[in-house]
This record gives sequence, structure tokens and C-alpha cells, in this order.
Amino acid sequence: MDIFLQQLINGLVLGSVYALVALGYTMVYGILELINFAHGEITMMGAMVALAVIGALALAAPGLPGVLVLGAGLAVAIPVCVALGLLIERVAYRPLRHAPRLAPLITAIGVSIILQNIAMLIWGKQYIPFPAILPQARHTVYGASITNVQIAILLLATGIMLTLILVVRKTRLGRAMRATAQSRQVASLMGVDVNRVIAATFAIGSALAAVAGVMVSAYYGLAHYYMGFLLGLKAFSAAVLGGIGNLAGAMLGGLLLGLIESFGAGYIGDLTGGFLGSNYQDVFAFFVLITVLVFRPSGLLGVRGGERA
Amino acid sequence: MAAALLTAACGDKAQQKDGDQVVLIGQASPLTGPQAHLGKDNENGARMALDEINAAGLTLGGRKVVLEMRSEDDAADPKTATTVAQKLVDEGVVGVIGHLNSGATIPASRIYSSNGIPQISPSATAVAYTAAGYKTAFRVMTNDAQQGSVLGNYAVTRLGAKKIAIIDDRTAYGQGLADEVEKAVKAAGGDVVAREYTSDRSTDFMAILTSIKGKSPDLVFFGGMDPQAAPMIKQMKQLGMKAKFLGGDGAQTPTFIELAGASAEGALASNPGLPLDAMPGGAAFKTRFVARYGTIQNYAPYAYDAMHVLVAAMKRADSSDPAKYLAELPKTDYQGVTGHIRFDAKGDLAGGAVTLYQVKGGTWQPLETVQSGQ
Repeated sequence: MDIFLQQLINGLVLGSVYALVALGYTMVYGILELINFAHGEITMMGAMVALAVIGALALAAPGLPGVLVLGAGLAVAIPVCVALGLLIERVAYRPLRHAPRLAPLITAIGVSIILQNIAMLIWGKQYIPFPAILPQARHTVYGASITNVQIAILLLATGIMLTLILVVRKTRLGRAMRATAQSRQVASLMGVDVNRVIAATFAIGSALAAVAGVMVSAYYGLAHYYMGFLLGLKAFSAAVLGGIGNLAGAMLGGLLLGLIESFGAGYIGDLTGGFLGSNYQDVFAFFVLITVLVFRPSGLLGVRGGERA
Repeated sequence: MAAALLTAACGDKAQQKDGDQVVLIGQASPLTGPQAHLGKDNENGARMALDEINAAGLTLGGRKVVLEMRSEDDAADPKTATTVAQKLVDEGVVGVIGHLNSGATIPASRIYSSNGIPQISPSATAVAYTAAGYKTAFRVMTNDAQQGSVLGNYAVTRLGAKKIAIIDDRTAYGQGLADEVEKAVKAAGGDVVAREYTSDRSTDFMAILTSIKGKSPDLVFFGGMDPQAAPMIKQMKQLGMKAKFLGGDGAQTPTFIELAGASAEGALASNPGLPLDAMPGGAAFKTRFVARYGTIQNYAPYAYDAMHVLVAAMKRADSSDPAKYLAELPKTDYQGVTGHIRFDAKGDLAGGAVTLYQVKGGTWQPLETVQSGQ
């Protein structure tokens, strides 16, 4: 039972990070039908910028409390990532908005490679340690362990996701986003500034990515110029699993993927009597993804041609 | 000089210089790129031995011989390694000290073998290097199989671990090491309670560690590199696991401590060979080497010994002809700086040493050195 609970916690923490990144993919897809493959790299940039700020602060003012230092890191990383997201949209995607759909997909991959190489030039190829600025207190709940950092990730991710849903459902900007997602042309005829809405979507997605990047590097204690690739791939899969273009779907898909990976790696060996081991963790996760897509091609919550964003 | 090179290219491996016979010996290691400092270190070690031999005077077959080194940059790249190996062969070297990396040493060994040129690697540890069965391939460094068997045995007999969990990163190095550890643990009477896998890209090990925790092992062994080992030991602490952590040379790095921070304390890992201070000739070597080249990076003492072993075989055969002195190399019995060097039937270092280290006070401290095969 305690192992089951522990795997549940592991899966939820991993899943909420996937969900935060998946939201960025799904929002952009919902509005532009573009898969922004550079999104994983924006996550990486968020982690790297925050680390640089935290490292500088740790040198300049060693006595500052950890939460404050982390907050400062986030406060710089979020605007940098937002600016980066807006720049990418303006330079790499907007000129191609009326081009065939394959063209922006290729530029997205190109931007992703460029960002990786920029990060490698600035911060080098080595793994960068995340300073131990947060208190690593550990709590035991029914035999399972949960740390302060894990609790913070769960709370922060839940809060951000609820806020995002409120923004999309209740605000003027949210209404404009939903309208743009349904039909860009009709929305612009109704007086919606489509370019502004698309830019806002990129800005929100990039801000979420920055938060996720800082979370991941604080949780695992390291950052690396290549860390965005795998995270982006997993988050993209989560978005597809939930139904790409659907906000609640991205959250559900992220959490599910985290849980599947966690329980898969934890139990697959015991369930198959050692025939399959934890090396089949990813195979298992993608097997579930394929099975879902065979029966529901538009994902768990995706509605073909229905409401998006 | 051009004429000398020309004759060399025609296959005449001995040249005249002031009446003395000049014999070329090759050295290959990465002299550019991220590992350049290690490659230069090997070159310096080999060159120091060569200069000492020349200063002492070398006579083979009744003629005075002067050794000359041809050093080549393989950039730690398998493709470049084959190119420079062919270049060395074409230049007419009679033996090669190198290469540094297993990945470069293995493809190059085929070229040396087909040209009958003896090769001694100071630092390649992959089992595959000598497993190919080339008669020309030797090494003066403990290989991964020897390291793995020492690690497995050490975990059970010296650390008193009965239940052991093994994780590897599915790379040739990590998996090979973990397999050897598993064999040795079982041979020593230990129980492998879990065998889990990850990748060399992962940072999340919570799921497999939770599963391992349920089997309450005394020790967790990880076959892989430091970017995975560091978050792994952190997550073990997060899960409140009391098991000891043991790694191979991929984890025995300063980066591991840097990345794992306070969680690194108490972690155990091995490295093939001896710490310099514990080598039989370590202190004297260090004084001479530092006076000439500055600091010792890592493998210089092994490159130094490798050169001496090669020349000692020439002396016994009384010839620098590879076809003649190659037969003498397997009979090597040489007391070097790094220890007593003998080769087994494959060309591996017989009874190679493995040193165990533990993180104490934020640095790796040597615990003890174990001879493999004991």
C-alpha cells in the first residue's frame, strides 16, 4: 500500500510538470493548428535563466532565504521566456501563417535546434547543478515520502491550471481566444485583434513553460541545454493523449502520462514476473498512447472540429 | 627528413641518423577538444619514458638505437582514430602507445593488428578491446569486467550487503559493468533483489527507486555516468532510503559531488587503477613529472609504464622489429610506477587493481585498493 501511494505521488508530481508544458503545446495548436516544437526549449531556457539569476544572487547576497532567491529567478525567467516566445512567434511563425502547414512545422524544429545551440554556447555542454537553496524537508504520509519541493510543485501546478481555465472561460481575452480558435477570419470580422490574441497565447504558454522549467530543475537538482527535448516530447505526447487543442485534455493527459510512467516502471517487472523490466517504461507509456488514439483518434477529451482552446 | 619519411613509407622501419638507428614509436590520444588535457597528459607520460630510455642509452642487435615519438591526435573520435592509426602505420612506427578512449582504441586496434604493430593502451577499459582476439592488443589498465567483479565482491564481502539492487543506463559501459557486478554478487553469495533500467538521458528515477525500496535492499549499485548518478542518490534520500549507493568510475567524478550536493555524502564508487600516492613509484614519478610538465591529469603514469613495457620487450628480443619483439610482449613481467605489470592470455592487465572511494566531507577519499581476481 505504501508503495502504491508512493508511486501515486511520484506520478502526480511528474504528471503535473508534463501538464504545465503540455498546456503550452495545446493552446498554440488550438488557435493556430501549429505544433510549436520549440516549446520544450523554452522550458529549458526558463530553467537556465533562472539558474543564472540564482547563481548570481547566491554570490551577491548569500544570506537571502531560498524561497526569495527562487522567486527572483522566476521573476526574471518568466519575462525572458515570454519575450522569447513572442519573438519566435513574430519572426518564425507569423510570416508563415498562410504558408502550407508543413512550413511552420519545419521552422519550429529549426527554432528548437537554434535555441539548444544558443544555450550550449552560453552555458556550455556540462550539467549545471541547481543550488540547494530550498529546505529539503521530508514528510511521511502512510509510509510514503513527500518533500516540500514536491508539495510546492503540486500546489503551484494546480493553482496555475485553475487560473488558466478561469482566464479562458471568464475573461475578455479568454473569449477572444476561444473565438479565434473557432475561426480566425470570423473573429477578426467581429473586431477581435487576432494577432494580439495569438501573441497573448504564446506569451501565456511561454510563461507556463518558464515555471515548469524552474520546477523541473529545482526538483531534479540540475539543468542541461538538452533537457527541453525529452520533456517537450513527453509533454507533446500528453497533449495528444488528452486531445490536442483542449485545455482540460492537456492537464488530464499530463497527469495520466505521469501516472502511467510511474506505475509502469514500478510494477511492470513484478506483473510480468520479470519478463519485461523497467526498460519497457517508455514502450509501455507509448503503447497506452497508441491504444487510446486507435479508439479515440482525437484524444481522450478532444472533440473533432468542436470547441478548442 | 623528407627522404627519411619516403623510405619509411616504403616500409623500411629503421632509419639512419648520425650512425645511430632511429626507431619510431607512435602515440595516439585526443590532443584537441574537451579531452585534450587528458590526451596531452598521456603524450607527456609516454614522452618522459622515451626520453629516459634514450638518455640511458639503448642498444638492440649490437647497434645503438635512438627512439623517436610520433604523436597523433585522434580527437577521441572512432573515425579519426582509424585515420591516425593508418597514418602511424604508414610512417613506419614499430609500436603504439594508445589510444586513450575505448571508443577510439577499438577501431584502431584492427588496423594495428592487420599490420602486425603491437599496441598498448594506457587507459581503454572496455572489455571489447581485447575480446576481439588481436595478438597485438595489450593494455596496462584494469578493464570493466575486472572492475565489475571487484565491485560486486566488495559490496557483499566488505560492505556486508546481502540484498543488492542493480540499476543500469542501458549503454555499453553501464550495462556491461552492471552485468559483471551482478555475476560477482551472486558468486559471493549475495542476493540480487532487483534489476532495474533507465537511460543515459533520464533524470527521474522515483518510480524504479520506489519499486526497489519495496524490496528493502542493503545497497543500490548503479552502472552509468554522473549526470544520472547524482539525481539518483538525491531521489534515494528524498524517498528516505537507507541503502548504500555504489557506482563505477562513471560516478567517481567531481561533477557527481557538485550535482548531488549534500546528498553525495557517503556515496561509494570505484575507479580502475591506484590513486597516484598509493602507486609503488607514485611519489618519485610525481616529482619528476611535475618538474617537467606541471600537473598530472590522470593516465600519465600508465602511458609512462606502457612505453617502458614496450621497450622492455624489444630489449628481450634484442630487436625493434615488431615481428620479433611481439612474441616477447605476452611474457612481460615488469615492475612499473603503477604496479606489477603482467598480461593474461587476452592481453589484459593480470590482476588489475581497482580502488574504492567514498565521499567524505565533500570530496572523494580513497578507501582501499583491491586486486581483481582475488
